[in-house]
Amino acid sequence: MTHIAAYATSTGEAFQFWVLGTVAVIGALCTVFMKKAVHSALCLAGTMIVLAVFYLANGAYFLGIVQIVVYTGAIMMLFLFVVMLVGVTAADSLKETIRGQRWLALLCGLGFGILLIAGIGNASLTEFNGLGEANAGGNVEGLAALIFTKYVFAFELTGALLITAAVGAMVLTHRERTERAKTQRELAEQRVREGRQVPPLPAPGVYARHNAVDIAGLLPDGTPSELTVNKTLRERGQIRDVSQDAINDLRALEQRAADRLERRGAVRPAERAEEASK
Amino acid sequence: MNPVNYLYLAALLFTIGATGVLIRRNAIVVFMCVELMLNACNLALVAFSRLHGNLDGQIIAFFTMVVAAAEVVVGLAIIVSLFRTRHSASVDDAGLMKL
Repeated sequence: MTHIAAYATSTGEAFQFWVLGTVAVIGALCTVFMKKAVHSALCLAGTMIVLAVFYLANGAYFLGIVQIVVYTGAIMMLFLFVVMLVGVTAADSLKETIRGQRWLALLCGLGFGILLIAGIGNASLTEFNGLGEANAGGNVEGLAALIFTKYVFAFELTGALLITAAVGAMVLTHRERTERAKTQRELAEQRVREGRQVPPLPAPGVYARHNAVDIAGLLPDGTPSELTVNKTLRERGQIRDVSQDAINDLRALEQRAADRLERRGAVRPAERAEEASK
Repeated sequence: MNPVNYLYLAALLFTIGATGVLIRRNAIVVFMCVELMLNACNLALVAFSRLHGNLDGQIIAFFTMVVAAAEVVVGLAIIVSLFRTRHSASVDDAGLMKL
């Protein structure tokens, strides 16, 4: 184990670096440029797994495992939970609020990157010192020895930070009910007092072919009534409109028939030409 | 292979993350880009650890991970409470400290 992550890099490691590095950069670019937050999260998870492999290759065995368990396992799942809470369909609006902001941001990013990479380019490093000596007693043991001696104060502060974060998250997301929930009787009385919709709401779907809950029933004049659909579906905008279905079916049928006729018409002149040549 | 390659990769990932923070306006994606930047820093720290032949770089990377975890918890809680009050996760809509 000690000769891994040694001072010299093997051809295998170089190969791994170039292949996985490409994957990492593509994943990072997809994270930025994917339109939906879910796709961004998945691309970011891929990049993080690649980084975990790089940690392992660099002799950081503990960090490699922690990266997979904590980052891709816990943090990315947290992200996905929030994406689901906030709504998967909530894509970015593509309208720019500040004119030219995107190009300026890209320019800034490019300049920053050039600055950073030019700075690193000045470094004259040819080989690693290697972790063979430091990892001799085991990577986890070495880290533990450092954490509990040299960095013990920072480690204790970390504990305080984590507790604060947990309490903060609870304070931020917890909501106390400010008023009592209305009982069924109160709701009924309110309905009568308002006098808008005293009887129960109408049932969904009065079409002959569909009576699913997400299909609005028709009023006498043929317009669909939103009242007939469940409130949750209405708020999500998941009402299905099938009033045009029959007409669309007919149109598709006519189109197919027209296509078939056209094809037959296209074949016929060719046949005629063949007969003529005979 | 030159050890600097790892640093180049870290710099590239950090730059992509920073550009993402500037470009995107969905708060969750902005947050993911911040995570990407933190991860790029961790890669550089791990590479430094191997360059110097001691474990201090890995310790710093470990602390970065812990701080990132705490940051994600609080940040996502803020996003959720913002979304509850404004019904949008766009950073443009949050112009006031008051909810």
